[in-house]
Amino acid sequence: MSRGGVGHSAASSRRRRNGRASRYSAWRLLRHGVSGSRWPRAWREHPIEDSYDAVIIGGGVHGLATAYYLAANHGIRDIAVLDKGYLGGGGSGRNTAILRSNYLTPEGVRFYDRSLHLYQHLAADLNFNVMFSRRGHLTLAHNDSSLRTMRWRAEVNKMQGVDSEVIEPAEIKKLVPYLDTSTEARYPVLGALYHPPGGIIRHDAVVWGYARAADSLGVHLHQNTEVLGIDTQHGRVTGVNTSRGRISTPVVVNCTAGWSSLISDMAGVDLPVTTSPLQAAVTEPVRPFLGTVVVSGTLHVYVSQTDRGELVFGASVDPFTSYSMRGSLEFAEGLAGHVLELMPAVSKMRLLRQWAGLCDMTPDYSPIMGPTPVEGFYVDVGWGTYGFKAGPVSGEAMADCVANQRPPQIISSFGLDRFDAGRLVGEKGAAAVGH
Amino acid sequence: MIQLPCPWCGPRNVTEFRHHGEVVSRPDASSSTPREWRRYLYFRRNAAGWVEENWYHTAGCRRFFRLRRHTVSNENHLVEGAR
Repeated sequence: MSRGGVGHSAASSRRRRNGRASRYSAWRLLRHGVSGSRWPRAWREHPIEDSYDAVIIGGGVHGLATAYYLAANHGIRDIAVLDKGYLGGGGSGRNTAILRSNYLTPEGVRFYDRSLHLYQHLAADLNFNVMFSRRGHLTLAHNDSSLRTMRWRAEVNKMQGVDSEVIEPAEIKKLVPYLDTSTEARYPVLGALYHPPGGIIRHDAVVWGYARAADSLGVHLHQNTEVLGIDTQHGRVTGVNTSRGRISTPVVVNCTAGWSSLISDMAGVDLPVTTSPLQAAVTEPVRPFLGTVVVSGTLHVYVSQTDRGELVFGASVDPFTSYSMRGSLEFAEGLAGHVLELMPAVSKMRLLRQWAGLCDMTPDYSPIMGPTPVEGFYVDVGWGTYGFKAGPVSGEAMADCVANQRPPQIISSFGLDRFDAGRLVGEKGAAAVGH
Repeated sequence: MIQLPCPWCGPRNVTEFRHHGEVVSRPDASSSTPREWRRYLYFRRNAAGWVEENWYHTAGCRRFFRLRRHTVSNENHLVEGAR
């Protein structure tokens, strides 16, 4: 039976016309499997309108989540999400899909924990299998000052109701038998911050889940639509110019991460952001042997094993700014050296591919969220190397900010004005592995 | 591997250098307002295209030099007359 191309059965077209997506379920799976009928598309393609109540630039997890929560929580559905490429083609499709909330500052911990909480029931909320796998997350400490910081993080986490604790090498060895916890290592493991609620998820599925849910609520998703300019008049937004025509709108939300300076320039807003590539790599699949996410700040590397059995590695951002999304040999060499320090047994594994995404780095490793000096122009940027885990809470908070025209409490410390005021929220130790 | 043209050592791998960032003019610390100073510390153009920036040859001659680099393709060349 031929399944070329994507079509609609008459029945699925009828279901979609009223905007509600057909529900995924075990029963539907059985029915489609037995009858061989085609699944309806996850989201629709609309002609681009010449005006919307809000335009979100950037079709990754942040932009799509913002659109979804605006429609679901605030009833604002006349929204367009624009992306110059395909949905989730930026950081959302290039990250190592690790979720955690073991940050350092109380406001950071509250923020990321809200996101983790949303992720935990996201599959049910969106009726889309996002494959959240709660694995536990270990941040290794290889020296005294690092161990002290882990203890600090554990205490701040506990005060915010987040489960984190410092554990000893013997317990670490039980969790990760292949980890070298001996005292003969060049940088011996002295302890670790153990965060049981952390885990991994299928990043593409999160993008598609939000896209399908937003589409079913009437949001228009426009791929291959590049924003070329933003019109402002008397200090407020009046519209955007795209490769498919002009859209007039009073609200524009910048959710473009690595490209955020380019978009903000169009609105005349300066950002304290520099864009650097963050590389990642994946090995061939092997049988499951690593059940926990392992991170080492000292060795600048983090590793997890996917449900398919591949090891996914990440490290620190490239040490210079660039808009190139290519991998480099020096990254693979450095990564391999450090990973073998941690787990010598993986030396025979083959690296399948490496890639990079763009990170909008801020001076304090915290995001920039909320209004700007241009009225109607909002930013959800500065996500650096830690944006994916914050997708749901950012969407929820930005939707609240746009709908009620003031930033909600949970993001009040992350405003753009904190840089002029000198009120930075320093999260480098907890956000990144590049020390 | 990307190579940079060190004015004293010749073309060397990018891993030998430290990126100091966009050329920014530093305001006079004694007479600038806190806001002006913070603008200098934190805000950057972050252009996708040709930029002028400072690099430091850590693994070589340890001299600073100014480079023009295209941040998308990473093509680069020395700035004429700069040392």
